[in-house]
Amino acid sequence: MEHERSHRYGLLGEFDSANQLIRAAEKVRDAGYKHIDAYTPFPVEGLSEALGLKRNKVPLITLIGGLCGGLGGFAFQYWVNVVSYPQNIGGRPYNSWPAFIPVTFEMTILFASLFAVFGMLALNGLPQPHHPLFNVDRFKMASTDRFFLCIESSDPKFHLADTAHFLQSLQAQHVTEVRDE
Amino acid sequence: MSTTQQTPPLDSPHIRRLTPVLEPGHTYASVTDKIASIVLTRPLGLGWLAGFALTFSIVMMLTVAVAWLFTKGTGIWGINIPIGWGFAIVNFVWWIGIGHAGTLISAILFLLNQKWRTSINRFAEAMTLFAVACAALFPLIHAGRPWMAYFMFPYPSNMGIWPQFRSPLIWDVFAVSTYGTVSLLFWFIGLIPDLATLRDRAKSKTQQIIYGMLAMGWRGSAKHWNRYQTAYLLLAGLATPLVLSVHTVVSFDFSIAIVPGWHTTIFPPYFVAGAIYSGFAMVLTIAIPLRKAYGLQDFITMRHLENMAKVMLGTGLIVAYGYFFEFFLSLYSGNKFDVFLVQQRLHGPYAHYYYALLLCNILTPQLLWIQKVRTNVAALFVMSLVINIGMWLERFVIIVISLSRDFMPSAWGRYSATAWDYATLVGTLGLFTMLLFLFVRGLPAIAIAEMRELVAHNAEGHR
Repeated sequence: MEHERSHRYGLLGEFDSANQLIRAAEKVRDAGYKHIDAYTPFPVEGLSEALGLKRNKVPLITLIGGLCGGLGGFAFQYWVNVVSYPQNIGGRPYNSWPAFIPVTFEMTILFASLFAVFGMLALNGLPQPHHPLFNVDRFKMASTDRFFLCIESSDPKFHLADTAHFLQSLQAQHVTEVRDE
Repeated sequence: MSTTQQTPPLDSPHIRRLTPVLEPGHTYASVTDKIASIVLTRPLGLGWLAGFALTFSIVMMLTVAVAWLFTKGTGIWGINIPIGWGFAIVNFVWWIGIGHAGTLISAILFLLNQKWRTSINRFAEAMTLFAVACAALFPLIHAGRPWMAYFMFPYPSNMGIWPQFRSPLIWDVFAVSTYGTVSLLFWFIGLIPDLATLRDRAKSKTQQIIYGMLAMGWRGSAKHWNRYQTAYLLLAGLATPLVLSVHTVVSFDFSIAIVPGWHTTIFPPYFVAGAIYSGFAMVLTIAIPLRKAYGLQDFITMRHLENMAKVMLGTGLIVAYGYFFEFFLSLYSGNKFDVFLVQQRLHGPYAHYYYALLLCNILTPQLLWIQKVRTNVAALFVMSLVINIGMWLERFVIIVISLSRDFMPSAWGRYSATAWDYATLVGTLGLFTMLLFLFVRGLPAIAIAEMRELVAHNAEGHR
């Protein structure tokens, strides 16, 4: 049994529309399932709330990136022009900070953007070439016009037969067992 | 009144003015099929092959021009002291300006929640990247010594020297490279869901592998979408001030200098408006043949073309205002060099460029006040070309006239471009078009996932 479970990723139900998916997700969440995820061809409004997702950390990561870029950018120019390679240009002070603003600004934007994109990818665990869901043939449709809801077998409430029944009771079509092997 | 029943309400879709941003009757599957099929299943047509062959041969001409430049040096160009900035810098400023419309469409219109951006943002962003690539070529080659280009970047050299951070030319390096990087990131994260769509629909193993690698295992998970949307929104928010800063910094290359005609505070806003102006003209130049060749009239509707025409009219007026105040302030300043420069623009050896510029950039777009012109595809296409030429002339006028008439008559000079100058300019046009040809067949030219969102949005609106 233990061996069986380890190869089982979860149960996947398929829905016709985004609204059906949201209704089903709310019921699954209310039934006490925690390890659930939905798969949709485009970002569906209200789905995050239906699944009970918390606020994500991308904004914080972006802020940290922006601060690092801005402060680091300015500090670097200061170090170059004041400490490492001071040059008298038309009698201006070594720390002629207004002239350092354009580069500081660009570095803020650059690092905030890099952190936003790579932070988002890292939190999402991408790149991830293999995933058990790709074993399901119909899952290809998740990138066209079908909406999927998956209850993962790691959930404490997961029970193969009961959970499958529950998904079917929510008008899910093609309830499939997702296996990882 | 009885007539009220016959007249449709003002916001009715029956009134042509409000052509929908997506023609009715489309489903998630139909938009996906239509856009993905251009990449995955459509056979290579004769038109594409001929176009690609032509642009590829122009790129070969560019490589010859650049190779000859590296062999002989910048003496093969028309530049000489006092006019040390010729075509190379004119082309650089022109290309980088063209890129701005792509970012404006993808970032600013996104923040303003403009639904009409959806079907044009992808190729407009691609246009930005290719325009930045063409632009970046010029700073690299303009000194004829590209092997020295790395001097511009701060790196710990064993000579113990560092770049001069008080110089606008260094700001330019940072602005343009940041702009290129952020545009690439923005374009790429927008592509991820579409690459997953292509992976799932791929017909051959090769397609599966290539699109599969690029999609990085995207599976449309709600948790992923959640972070994705946050990142996309933040990136739009970051790209907005960035795009305004880039042409501002480019204008600093001129306005920080004391050359007459350059040293003016109106340059930053007027450069940014000019950039968006020429960029929208280029988006139209690309969109009109694209929708025709691939039958995308349902997605790129008259509404898009008309809105872009309106943006061109608006930014064109800002540019006209810039020209007027440049002219007025020169005279009002009483500075004899500035006044002389205005005289030179009107009556000097390059006056015909200045009049052509006024014709292209100020007079021509006034036709866009007329709705019949805004909705006439052929007229818009011709006007977009005229405006692109006009914006190129603007940079020529700014750079060449000012440099040719410096403070002392003994330092005056003339500039005329050589065949190599023209070969390089035309070569970058070929490079730009060739990259677009490859893009249209290799990646979805319209954002598929966003079009599905638009279908969902429309369905909600009609319920």
